[in-house]
Parts: sequence; structure tokens; C-alpha cells
Amino acid sequence: MTDLSNVAALLGSISSKKLRFFGSWIATAIALLALPCIFSSGGSLTTFSLIGISIIFSLSYNILLGQTGMLSFGHAVYYGLGGFLAIHGMNLIVASKLPVPLPLVPLIGGISGLFFAAIFGWVPTRRSRTAFAMISLGVAELVASSSLILRSFFGGEAGISANRTKLLPVFGWNFGPQIQIYYLVAFWTLLAVIAMYALTRTPLGRMCNAVRDNPERVQFVGYDPHVIRFLAFCIAGFFAGIAGALAAINFEIANAAYLGAAQSFVVLMATYIGGVGFFIGPIIGAIFVTYLSLALSDLTTVWQLYFGLFFVAVVMLAPGGITGLLMKHRPLVRAGTIVKVLRAYLVALVPTLTMITGLILGIEIVVQHTINAGEDPHTKAFGVHFNAASPLIWLLATALVIGGFVVGRPAWRWVAKAWDEALNTAREKGIHA
Amino acid sequence: MSHAVELRGVQKSFGNTSVIRNVNLIVMKGERHALIGPNGAGKSTLFNLISGHMKPTAGSILLKDEIVSGLPPYQINRRGLSRSFQVTNVFSKMSVWENIRCAILWATGHRYAFWKNIDNLPEVRERTAQVLREINLTSRRDVPAGLLAYAEQRTLEIGITTAGGADVILLDEPTAGMSLSETERAALLIRRLTEGRTLLIVEHDMSVVFGLADRISVLVYGQIIASGTPDEIRGNPKVKEAYLGAEPR
Repeated sequence: MTDLSNVAALLGSISSKKLRFFGSWIATAIALLALPCIFSSGGSLTTFSLIGISIIFSLSYNILLGQTGMLSFGHAVYYGLGGFLAIHGMNLIVASKLPVPLPLVPLIGGISGLFFAAIFGWVPTRRSRTAFAMISLGVAELVASSSLILRSFFGGEAGISANRTKLLPVFGWNFGPQIQIYYLVAFWTLLAVIAMYALTRTPLGRMCNAVRDNPERVQFVGYDPHVIRFLAFCIAGFFAGIAGALAAINFEIANAAYLGAAQSFVVLMATYIGGVGFFIGPIIGAIFVTYLSLALSDLTTVWQLYFGLFFVAVVMLAPGGITGLLMKHRPLVRAGTIVKVLRAYLVALVPTLTMITGLILGIEIVVQHTINAGEDPHTKAFGVHFNAASPLIWLLATALVIGGFVVGRPAWRWVAKAWDEALNTAREKGIHA
Repeated sequence: MSHAVELRGVQKSFGNTSVIRNVNLIVMKGERHALIGPNGAGKSTLFNLISGHMKPTAGSILLKDEIVSGLPPYQINRRGLSRSFQVTNVFSKMSVWENIRCAILWATGHRYAFWKNIDNLPEVRERTAQVLREINLTSRRDVPAGLLAYAEQRTLEIGITTAGGADVILLDEPTAGMSLSETERAALLIRRLTEGRTLLIVEHDMSVVFGLADRISVLVYGQIIASGTPDEIRGNPKVKEAYLGAEPR
């Protein structure tokens, strides 16, 4: 009897581990299925689709930056070429009446990304760090400029378009409505996330980490760091191509902006803001950056400026990104000392927000006087109306910034103190990060 | 008896400065061979040449009777030579467990596999656990290597070097910076781990050298001035003059 219960307990512990692992993926899948029932407007479905595409793209970028330690300034090349070839592929499928349904088209993008990454990747991956970053930038500029020259392939400034509804329908779906595109993107996102997570658990994935940590030593355990970097580059290109193809399907168009420097910087920013040190980091970054860029662009004309400032703030104050910042609190939560720190945060939040409000107001006033010079000074930003010409508003902005700073300084110091104390208590209890 | 490592007229110069000048050296299969000499004699450079980290300016290097000079380090490693570094050179952000596992993956034939789950490779797991037991770091398996105490890092360095099962081991000052008791323990560990393999070791601690080595070669100003058993080296007047006499220990 006891033997039997022991065996049962053993089986239980094995399966509960597996259950938790697979359970979290199944829960994610169900959440993705249910999401449109809660947010059913066309706008939010488009937002979700863009977030899914951005998640795949950012995770593929993190195979380079976070996993293998390669800073690429040209990752959009593989995203863009994946998008262009997906459009060409769709047009070819329609013209030749090939029996290929739309859900398989992202694979065309993936294979294109892989193909071009293999061609362009061999030389830059010989080097790491600065040399790699510079060569990747060169390749990106080369492809971006040729996209405007090779008009027959890239379609010049207008780009090329396709009709996604003309392909073979699947179970009666022709992928016209956004909800069907949402499910297509959700399916590929889940698949790509699982695949990229699995990659981190393979011999190659672990050796990528080793190359990131110490490329010299890798050579003395039998590995060629160039080959590891090259394989990581190809796999990253594959998933970037899938993301690009999904974007092309979503918009039914591909143009030069897909593979330009701006697109490369957006993925760098999303990945870094989310945090390169954790697998989930780029997912959080992609959600955050996509959502914020859509929301901010409705609220203010200079939303890119705010993005830049936010990026600088993350690099300086939280180099581990949002995820890194959250994970830092883990030992405090486990030691039960988090409450003290949260209290300090709440107090510091008031002057900090005051200062940021003053800063935003100042920026918006300057925008009204420079970019919109000569227009009506009565303007609106972040849903608030104000008169940019009034001296009072200048005074208010200055007062908010200075006042917030003066009150904020002791508050921030208090946060630092509370943090140190909480961490020390955690250490005394033997809890480390 | 065949040669594990053989150097034939090896020279290395940086610009006009020659660091290694016409070195001929034979390390027999299965022997423990110590390389000693004053600071700046070129011992580390010689290690860099043998392990493929640098290419010799002239001469040739043979590993198990095959010419390996000019090959990249990973090719030489795959032919069964593994080295450690004078300055600790581990994967500092990865755990102790992962450090050892990295050193085992190529040798167990998993290479660049991206289709296998690394946690489902029993032979890799067992061998990693075994190496950790041998170097006595099992209790520290989940600690990032960068957070280990100095002596533990040095031990891990030796573990990484020997884990892959290479039959020729090069250790570059493995006990440098260790306390007396740590040095004794490290010497025992080296003796145990290199059982049945060929060892070429650079070492400053003479008690370790004379306790461990079957044969000793003395490198002074880029030249081997003597090679022989510990007793022969002790009695060699040239060595006394150039090395032991100048730097009594």
C-alpha cells in the first residue's frame, strides 16, 4: 500500500512539473483564443495583431542581442525581405492558382529571412561587438538603398501589394476580416514563441550564451564561435522573416519602410526596453512599445521624442529593462520586505509624476512655438487644452519641474534607503537574487 | 613510447622582439611534464602557440604525431588537447553546472544541435554531475561562476579544461594566487584528474612542480635550457644559475 502511494507521489511530482510547464502554454493559448471576446472592436484586434508581430520580431532580435551578445543595427532587413517575398509569394500563388492557403504564407517569409541571413550573415558574424554592429549597419543600408533602386522587385516608394483574400480559403475563412487575421497572427506568435523558447534549451542555445559570455573560451572547448554566431543569425533571420510576412499579410502591402533603419531601431528599442536578460523581456517590450506607440501617436505629435527620452531613461536607470527591474524585486518579495519599498515608491511617485508633467508641458509648449509656429496657440496635448502663448503656462511648467525635483530628491533618497534596508534583510534571511 | 606533444624549432616574435627562440620540446604520452622558468621567459606564449591561440612565426608543433600549428584552437581541442588559463577564464554569468556542461557538449557529439532538448541528454547530465563531484563543486552547482570564491573559480577552470575528456591537458599556473592549503588541495586534484592522461603544466610553486612532474623543462628567455627528471633538473648547474639561484624559493 505504501509502495503504491510512493509511486503515485513520484508520478504526481513528475507530471505536476510537466503539467505546470505545458499548462502555462495551454493557458496562454486559451487566453489568446478568448481575447477577441473581451476586446472585439476592429481597432483592438489590429493592435493585438501588431503586438503579436512585434513579439515575434523582438524575440528573434533577442536571439542575437540577449542570447548571443550580438548588437545588430540591421535586423529589419530580414523582416522586410520576409515581408516582400510574402507579398510576391501571395501574388504568385493567386496568379498561378496554387493550392496554398494563407496560413502557410508566413513560412515563405521565414524561409526568405533564413536565406538572406545565410547570405549576408557569414561575413559580419566573423566578428563580434563593434565590428559586427558596424557591418550589420552597412548591410542594412545597402539593402535599404537597393530597395529604392530595384523598382521591379521592391516597387519603389509605393511598395508592392497583394490581396490576401484571393488565396485558398481554409474552413470557409478567406482572411478578409481582421478577426481572422488576429487568429492567424496569434497562432504563428504562439508557435514562434514556443520554438524560440525551446531553442534556448538546446545545445546550440546554451552555446550561444557561452559565446555571449566569453567567446575566447568557447574555442577551447571545441566550438567555433563564428559558426555559433552564424547559426544564431540565421535562426534570428528566419523568425524575423515570419514576423515580416505576418506584417505584410496584415497590411496587404510591403514597402521600403519595412527594411529601413527606423524599423531596425524600433525592434532594438522594444527588445532593450523589455529587457534582454530574460526570455520574457522582449515579449513585454513588444507589448509595451507597440501599445504605447499607437496610444502616444494619438495624444501628441512628437511621440517619437517621448520614446527617445523613455529609451534613454531605461538605458540609464534600468539597464535590465522592465523585466530586469521587476526581477530585482524577487528577493524582496520572497523575504517579505517588499511592502517597505512599495511604500517609499508611492511617496516618491507624487513628486516624480509632478516633474514629468512639468517636463511634458514644457516640451509641448516648445513644440507649439517651433513646429506649429504661427498657428493658433490654443492647443491640445494628452487630451488637455492649454494656451501655449500664455506666460502663466510657462510659469506652471517651470514650477512643476523645479517643485517636483526639490520634493523628489529626498523622496528618491528615501527609496534608495528603503531598498538597501529591504535587500539587507533579505540577505540576512539568506535570500539572494 | 610515442609523443603527445612535440615542438620542432618553434619561434615566435612580435615585431622585432622574439619571445620564443628555437624551442624543441617533447612531451611523452602519459607523462606529467612541468614547464618552469622566470617571469617573462615565454611560458604562457608557448602555451598559446601549442593550443592554437597564436600561430608560430617559424617551426612546427605536433599533437600526437600530427602537425597542428596553424590550426584554430577549436580544431586542436577536437584533436584532444585542452588548456586552462593563467587568468581565470570561465563563463562568468552562467552557473557552475552550465560551465561544465559547455565543456562536455562537443565531446559528447551534440555539437551545434538545435533540435535536442539539453535537459533530455542523460549522458551529458551524468557526466556533468560526475565532473562536479570530482572537482567538489556539487554544492555550488547553481551559483553563477562569476560569484564563486577565487579558489573555487580556479578549480572550475581546471574542471572545464578536463571535463571534455581531452587526453592532453595544458594547465597554466593553476595554483597562482592560492593559499598554501588551497594549493595542496589543487595539486591533489590535478594529480587525480590527469590520471592516465598527458599533462603539461606551467607552475611557479616548486613544491607542486617537484611533487607532480615526471619530467621538467626549463624555459629561460624563450629557450629551453634543460629538460629532464626532477633530480636531473635540481642538479643542473645551468638551471641553478639561470633560475633557481636567481630566484630562491
